[in-house]
Amino acid sequence: MNKDIIKVKNIDKTFVTEKGQSIHALQGVSLEIRNNDFVCLVGPSGCGKSTLLRIIAGLERASAGTVVFQGQPVTKPDKRLGMVFQEYSLLPWRTVADNVALGLEFAKKPIRERRKVSKRFLDLVGLADFATSYPYELSGGMRQRVAIARALANDPDVLLMDEPFGALDAHTRILLQRELLRIWEANRKTIVFVTHSVDEAIYLADRIMVMSKGPGKIRDIININMARPRNRANPLYGQLSARILDMLEEEVQGDLPLLEQKVSNIV
Amino acid sequence: MNLKSLYKFAISMLVPLFLFGLWWYMAIQIKNPVILPEVGEVFRLLFNPMTNLISMGSLVSNIIVSLVRVIVGYCLAVLIAIPMGILMGYYSLVYNLLNNFVGLFRPIPPLAWVPLVLAWFGVSSLATLIGLEQGQWYIYLNNVKLSMIFIIFIGAFFPILTSSIYGVHSVNKTLIDSALVLGAEGGEIFRKILLPAAAPSIVNGMRTGLGVAWMCLVAAEMLPGSLSGVGYLITHAYTIARTDIVIAGMISIGLVGALLDYLFRLVEDKKFGWQRLAR
Ligand SMILES: Nc1ncnc2c1ncn2[C@@H]1O[C@H](COP(=O)(O)OP(=O)(O)OP(=O)(O)O)[C@@H](O)[C@H]1O
Ligand SMILES: [Mg+2]
Repeated sequence: MNKDIIKVKNIDKTFVTEKGQSIHALQGVSLEIRNNDFVCLVGPSGCGKSTLLRIIAGLERASAGTVVFQGQPVTKPDKRLGMVFQEYSLLPWRTVADNVALGLEFAKKPIRERRKVSKRFLDLVGLADFATSYPYELSGGMRQRVAIARALANDPDVLLMDEPFGALDAHTRILLQRELLRIWEANRKTIVFVTHSVDEAIYLADRIMVMSKGPGKIRDIININMARPRNRANPLYGQLSARILDMLEEEVQGDLPLLEQKVSNIV
Repeated sequence: MNLKSLYKFAISMLVPLFLFGLWWYMAIQIKNPVILPEVGEVFRLLFNPMTNLISMGSLVSNIIVSLVRVIVGYCLAVLIAIPMGILMGYYSLVYNLLNNFVGLFRPIPPLAWVPLVLAWFGVSSLATLIGLEQGQWYIYLNNVKLSMIFIIFIGAFFPILTSSIYGVHSVNKTLIDSALVLGAEGGEIFRKILLPAAAPSIVNGMRTGLGVAWMCLVAAEMLPGSLSGVGYLITHAYTIARTDIVIAGMISIGLVGALLDYLFRLVEDKKFGWQRLAR
């Protein structure tokens, strides 16, 4: 049995915009994700994190290179590869419960099972009381939790999560981080998690992949060898955090003069 | 009715009441029923819609004939425009294939088709189409001329097509992506994502289309071979200087059009509340 559930080999991605401009988003990205791994992707905005996740999910074609999932090249979306999107993705005409059960509906599961499963996962994300509400009646953070419940309800082997907790308050965020770890440990899932928060990455990940920009590539892979649940007061925590933040700072350094220029132009 | 809605109702009645007052006054001043008949005359016609007018049948029977024509042409437009619009909105190949064609034909006013349509269809009707030559059904079906159907079809077709294309086109791509990663197949994407997401826009186009179809009616009923319908009633009443019937016919067209529009809005509000409330 192959230990690497996902192998990303030499991915290159160039977007050609409608105006004919080409944008080199990813260059020579290679990485392996082991079964039951919890990997966090961090990197400056626009470095291609979402693009990489979409390519792994089969939603986007790489310009070169391949993604291999359980020994098979990924060419189209696969329900064993679940995804939580960075942007709003609930169906506005469906109730929360029906949104969560969407994947089960595609799998032609009977209504009773759909109800049961959607209730279980709504309980999990703390939204049981909103089962019959519509997405527009929820706050941004609540919607994101529904999207997480929807992905989990489909029981994928791999969860690709694109800044899922970005819109949450600090308290809910910490709660859901813990919950996610619990689900991950209980169900032996593999998780690839994009985040802007270095703190979050250190709290969650087995390995943190730091990406760099222009075009996006993997700059460094950092193993986090702390026992869970991790204590944010642990000095190691702070050291790791400082190290990664330094890397990210270097990454955006190049942008700064530009920014200053813009500011002075405005002033 | 509470005080606030009573107030709203009163406000909304001010302009119509003023216009009726003006009409009333002007009619009395002019004293010529061909230029402007008295309000009472017209309302007598409207409140007795079953009486036979200038031996052309009653107001109601003419409205029904007109409605049948509109519905036939309109349904044809719906049946063709919606699938075509969905395909054009989803597949860029189909869009590129048909877009220029659509863009060329859309600006042509339905009325401009009249000469061509007459040359093509003459006075043949639904009855001709199915080979019926006598009997009760012949009388009904012969009232629905192919030329009229075509004009109404053209009027309704483009608003429905355009809004179907737009509706599908503007479906949030993330919704489709999220269905794909949840294991949706092609057909399910259409039925469970594209159609419901585009439905508000499509229904809106259907509403506009019905309005345009109803407006094309009078033009269609002026065509040769037409012997009934509100449009015909109006033109015929005009030739014998019965302006009261002309105005009664106009008001009926307005009322029926507004009623149809209202029914559509009711459906929209009930079914697509999520769209208005989203965001
Ligand atoms: N569909 C597209 N067409 C053209 N360019 C695109 C497209 N999608 C992404 N890009 C470009 O690719 C680059 C990477 O985008 P991506 O969304 O992957 O960044 P990201 O790392 O997820 O950023 P963020 O942290 O802000 O979400 C950007 O420069 C973006 O402009
Ligand atoms: Mg992103």
